[in-house]
Amino acid sequence: MSKTHVTTTINGEATEFLCSTQQTLLDVLRDDLQLTGTKEGCASGDCGACSVLMDGAPICSCLTLGVEVEGKKVETIEGVANGGELHPLQQSFLENAALQCGICTPGFIIAAKALLEKNPDPSETEVRYWLSGNLCRCTGYDKIIRAVLAAAKQMRGETA
Amino acid sequence: MSQNADKPQSYQWIGSSPIRPDGIDKVTGRANFGADHNLPGMLHGKILRSPIAHGIIKSIDLSAALALPGVFAAICRDDFPDHTTVSGVSAGEAPADLADIAYNIMARDKVLYHGHAVAAVAASSAEIAAAALKLVVVEYEELTPVLNLDAASASDAPILHSNQFTQGLPEKPSSPSNIASVLNFKRGDIEKGFAEADVIIEQQYTTPTAHQGYIEPHAVTASCNEDGRANVWCCTQGPFVVRSLTASVLDWDVGRIKVTPSEIGGGFGGKTVVYLEPLAVKLAEKSSRPVKMVMSREEVFRATGPTSASRSHVKLGADKNGKITAVEIKIECEAGAFKGAPVGPACMTALACYDLENFAISGYDIVVNKPKAAAYRAPGAPLSAFAIESAVDEAAKKLQLDPVDFRLNNAAKKGTVAPYGAKFPVIGLVETLEAAKAHPHYSAPLGPNQGRGIASGFWFNVGMQSSAAININENGTATVITANPDIGGSRASMALMAAEALGIPYDKINAIVADTESSGYSDVTGGSRTTFATGKAVIQTAEKIIDELRTRAAALWKIETEQVEWKDGKAHPIAGANVDKPPFSLEDLSRSAAKTGGPISARASLTAQGAGAGFGTHICDVEVDPETGKTQIIRYTAIQDAGKAIHRAYVEGQLQGGATQGIGWALNEEYVFDDRGVMQNPGFLDYRMPVALDLPMIDTVIVEVPNPSHPYGVRGVGETPIVPPLGAVANAIDSATNTRIRDLPISPPKLLKALTSV
Repeated sequence: MSKTHVTTTINGEATEFLCSTQQTLLDVLRDDLQLTGTKEGCASGDCGACSVLMDGAPICSCLTLGVEVEGKKVETIEGVANGGELHPLQQSFLENAALQCGICTPGFIIAAKALLEKNPDPSETEVRYWLSGNLCRCTGYDKIIRAVLAAAKQMRGETA
Repeated sequence: MSQNADKPQSYQWIGSSPIRPDGIDKVTGRANFGADHNLPGMLHGKILRSPIAHGIIKSIDLSAALALPGVFAAICRDDFPDHTTVSGVSAGEAPADLADIAYNIMARDKVLYHGHAVAAVAASSAEIAAAALKLVVVEYEELTPVLNLDAASASDAPILHSNQFTQGLPEKPSSPSNIASVLNFKRGDIEKGFAEADVIIEQQYTTPTAHQGYIEPHAVTASCNEDGRANVWCCTQGPFVVRSLTASVLDWDVGRIKVTPSEIGGGFGGKTVVYLEPLAVKLAEKSSRPVKMVMSREEVFRATGPTSASRSHVKLGADKNGKITAVEIKIECEAGAFKGAPVGPACMTALACYDLENFAISGYDIVVNKPKAAAYRAPGAPLSAFAIESAVDEAAKKLQLDPVDFRLNNAAKKGTVAPYGAKFPVIGLVETLEAAKAHPHYSAPLGPNQGRGIASGFWFNVGMQSSAAININENGTATVITANPDIGGSRASMALMAAEALGIPYDKINAIVADTESSGYSDVTGGSRTTFATGKAVIQTAEKIIDELRTRAAALWKIETEQVEWKDGKAHPIAGANVDKPPFSLEDLSRSAAKTGGPISARASLTAQGAGAGFGTHICDVEVDPETGKTQIIRYTAIQDAGKAIHRAYVEGQLQGGATQGIGWALNEEYVFDDRGVMQNPGFLDYRMPVALDLPMIDTVIVEVPNPSHPYGVRGVGETPIVPPLGAVANAIDSATNTRIRDLPISPPKLLKALTSV
């Protein structure tokens, strides 16, 4: 079967790949580009483990075709840290013990990053609402919500 | 060991909440989980699963699948030894039957549930593997599926296993049965107890089939070398169990298999067993290529893990002074297609929170045409606790007693002989109940349609076998090696205990999880045992390191080892040793190690005794929408005796996560089967686990009644938190609506129906 040539930007880097038209973005990222930080939990858009940003908006990469990112800007968990410096959300997840097994963590960080870019001062309810598309089975969400609120505060320049 | 009693309880590292050693990898996407391992030339394996819940396999033809270009191997029952002998093998937290494990992994004479594996193929792509599955020809003779406890127990029920005779009866029965076993234990005289009661609650309580719900599907990559050895990379709670079960199922020597555990994306008991590994190894052997297998979410639901549906009949008597005079409980559990429902622990834990003179407990392990039950966090305990904690609440209400006071009146304490026969050493149930009563949550005002429920819970916690090793690096840092997959921060706990024992900073220690050839044997990460048992092995190893360091320092000072003491991470000559030298740090001694006897390392292996019983009490506030029947959890407090919290934040996390799983089970989670035994909701959209918006912050109170059998007082903490919530939620809903629901889940339509039929 012939493959489609896709030109895109992933984590700030110009990227080209070939994919079949039915291949999901998730499979392209994981299997062809070796970006395995994005996880598959359900392949049906219910768990959020595969969340990535496309032109700044959070999407389920399992429900997106590889060919759809032609000309777009894609950001995955691998692109969240700035070189050797963790993003405030990553640091906050560590300091707040917001992960147990860690499989859902990349998706939560991606989704939370999109939230804070849109709304730098969310309420607890707004954070819970925004993150309700991401499942975590370990933490009961408490420490995740706290980590996001703490990161938001830090990013606003308020001292913790 | 009883050193806690006379040892000052101030620690430098224990009880803090530092960043975990594996943290950076997990927030940057570097951590490798089960599906993240790839090898050159790797094939993709897929499984053909039964389209019917019960039937005889008349024939399997793999030839068309094998002929498809890109297919390199296809296997079915003919490729596996027939384990007709029934032998116990070590599997997770409980002994298991090899014949059943092998049969569950690959169907033999019959298929026993919808989704039962029938064949598997390996191909150059997942798409070709999927196409090949469609070419496998299987001829079935369909049988009537047995889909619930009553159907299974009926005198004319279709029998799943013609060689299964009910165990636990006075005489071996003459005909096979779907009831795999019966167990009974009792104490005192229940008839006398019921005669003394002023109030008797007699009710039936049921819980649905529920899944552990780990976000990471099962995944494995296997390769076989020309020398007959296999490498297996997989997400598991127990790499040694994978090695042992894979070898047993294939009838291989365990020495041929090396298992490297990946990071694990949740397990909750469901990854203490094997499904894929023997198939992947067999496909790799037949194709001479590495094979990767990853389950879909649908496969996870249909063919792995769930915990048993249950039905408990409870009769509970209490007098007007608030004393429980007698309890009778009969617990029936659906085991799924093979025996082994957690009915034993369900019975043993049922009444463990209470000091009772008279009780009778019976349990039934019953097979049905559904997926084989696997361990799920405190296996069995939530089933019976839901029944008992509901009945206790109903009795307290009738007696107009405060439910905490009623529990305190009857609470198990040190010296109580548990219903399963053990005499409790020092335990912390009373402390958790007192903490509940004193908590501002317990006396906070409630609004309209709101209610408050309370429930307690118990889990044994276990010890089992563990190994640890510590290598001191040349700069005085230490590497701590264990083989217990880190499912919730255990590397941090191991590093904290090593830091405390060695007296060196936490950040000088790296803790890793090793493969089956780089570590001594360890049982699974399960049974809430890792921080307790593997932690004990780490502490023993650290003590050996300290002895070695004292010997090295003594050699440098030319004095006896006994004249050197280790404190604050340094070797000091004792007073009277006549050494006028500054102390040696760990770094000093490691740099000079080549001259004093070579590298400094130690290891310890043990069977840990004295796991401390874990008790918890939860307070739950709900608000029920009378128009929709939807229950919102508006406040929740989980209180538990941790013995001693090693990493405080991760202990809190266990309480919060366990409570949330229990809340999901109470309110929404259930397998829905059609009348042919096909699960109708095998996805996260319809198997409804709690999301962030469903919950408030989960407050925690960590009570610390030290376990005298652990150097720092550790009890396990992981499982107890899922035991109380089912009852706590149901009790809160009754408090809010004056409507008692005894059949979980208390989903909006069910509650609305009950509210509107009053």
